[in-house]
Amino acid sequence: MDDILTWLEHPGLTHFLLLSVLLFSMGLYAILTRKNAIMVLMGIELMLNASGINFIAFGRYSTGTFDGQVITVFVIILAAAEAAIALAIVLNIYQTFNTVNVDEINKLKD
Amino acid sequence: MVEQVLQNLSQFVPETVLLVTFCAVILTDVILKGRPMAALGVGLAGTVAAGILAAGQFGAPQAVFHGMISVDPFAAFFKVLVAVSTVLVFLISLYSSEVRSAVKRMGEYSALIVSATLGMFLMAGASNLLMIVLALELTSLSSYILAGYTKEAPDSSEASLKYILYGAMSSGVMLYGISLVYGLTGATELTGVRIALAAGAGVNYPLLLVASIMIVVGFGYKISAVPFHFWTPDVYEGAPITITAFLSVGSKAAGFAMMIRFFVTTSYGDLGSMLGVLQGFEWPKLVAIISVLSMTLGNLVAIWQDNLKRMLAYSSIAHAGYMLMGVVVFTQNGLSAVLIYLVVYMFMNLGAFYVVMLVAGATGSEDINAYRGLSQRAPLLSVALVIFLISLTGLPPTAGFVGKLYIFSALLDAKWMWLAVIGAINSVISLYYYVRVVRNMYLRDTEVSAPPVVLTRPQTVLLFVMLIPTLLLGLYFAPLVDLAHASVALFGVR
Repeated sequence: MDDILTWLEHPGLTHFLLLSVLLFSMGLYAILTRKNAIMVLMGIELMLNASGINFIAFGRYSTGTFDGQVITVFVIILAAAEAAIALAIVLNIYQTFNTVNVDEINKLKD
Repeated sequence: MVEQVLQNLSQFVPETVLLVTFCAVILTDVILKGRPMAALGVGLAGTVAAGILAAGQFGAPQAVFHGMISVDPFAAFFKVLVAVSTVLVFLISLYSSEVRSAVKRMGEYSALIVSATLGMFLMAGASNLLMIVLALELTSLSSYILAGYTKEAPDSSEASLKYILYGAMSSGVMLYGISLVYGLTGATELTGVRIALAAGAGVNYPLLLVASIMIVVGFGYKISAVPFHFWTPDVYEGAPITITAFLSVGSKAAGFAMMIRFFVTTSYGDLGSMLGVLQGFEWPKLVAIISVLSMTLGNLVAIWQDNLKRMLAYSSIAHAGYMLMGVVVFTQNGLSAVLIYLVVYMFMNLGAFYVVMLVAGATGSEDINAYRGLSQRAPLLSVALVIFLISLTGLPPTAGFVGKLYIFSALLDAKWMWLAVIGAINSVISLYYYVRVVRNMYLRDTEVSAPPVVLTRPQTVLLFVMLIPTLLLGLYFAPLVDLAHASVALFGVR
């Protein structure tokens, strides 16, 4: 128990990488299991932010340059742009289909 | 500092022109509200200018903006290719009933096509991991909206939703892979990644393999290779035909440019690629498997399609597989064969989509049954479609044959016999579904109610703009081959 507490008291690269892997997996899980388009989009945001954490952690602990932080700023902007467009598309979908369930939006099929 | 930026900007003129065009299109749309086609004209003129300027960049390779972007013959080749395809898409859009149905949003349409083109220009030159992501996203974000341009149509809305969900997921996975590569090598420039990998100290190879595969997901999605193709049929069917044509050519070409540059620049020694650093892992086999899957699945599923747009979507998956065969070989011959194939593919595929669009405009249907007896109602269009389809199959004397010839000869030179055999079998399979359309046009009687398809003079001229290169490149292809070889020469692969 004490070992774990000491480990938690001194955060290093591993902690952040674990967090990012966790976030990434949760995001992927949400994308694969959720039927609501908004929830899928939230999963995508989790995945993008997981890589943001990776970039900062690697920049801080392993490379010692600011590249990681700079890239993360761009990743945040990207995520915002993507969310804006995706929400506009989902809104349009709701007006057309009256649902945002991705399983029911299936007119195009073999 | 300032001098350096100014000096770099002089190498960045084509992209700057596109950026200015983007703003100009929006302004034109605002100022000339009553004339929506003016915006399209501005976009067209700007793209032509950017393409001409990019054609002047076949000089010595340079890295601009702190190695963010490479300006070299390889990038110039793809920039010209993308510019030509964008210009053709703009011209096709003039006669598209779908685009005209939402004519008051013409400004947005033109502006987004220009911004997607800018993204593709940047993809062709991106030599930094950050730039790769940004260029890819600029292209993708513009394409998501374009796929849903006719937003009143349920098909188009559904296409854009599916596109953005699949696209955002693959770019998320790719970004995570890139973050791992950054962590493992400490570099963001592709050359820096290579240097760090060659030094080899402290690189965790299994993790590097995972990261590489995650990055391949992003590339695979962009070029619509199996198993990252799930969006392709739905998006191609649902989006307006002009946008389908744009995505199937420009987007795919830029994706190949980015992928080839990434693998070549990060490769070192005899290992072939970043993927090769893992002991005993034969990365060409992985790409070969993706290529075989793309060809086989694309061709086999295309057989069952009755919607021409959907059929061409599966055929475009199959063509991504053919082009990947050139990447598998990874020699100068193989890579230049990909470039040759992309040029050929641009003309024949845009041509096929153009004919499908004209027929759909006259009959209101993209179904294969709408093509019954088309040879009597539209003789010229039928002949043109036959030539495009023969070229897509890869039979002489069309350009498609030349594209396949160079891919297969590169494969045989590099002793990839089994892959060449599978490629050849696939070409035969593809003949079946292309001929189905031809049979419907020539051997089936037209329905009494079917209206004739009348071409105006400009439409005929545009048809010949795509038809002539498809035939000419099948007979006189030496300049194209030389240009392709010169464009990949800078990579120094054997």
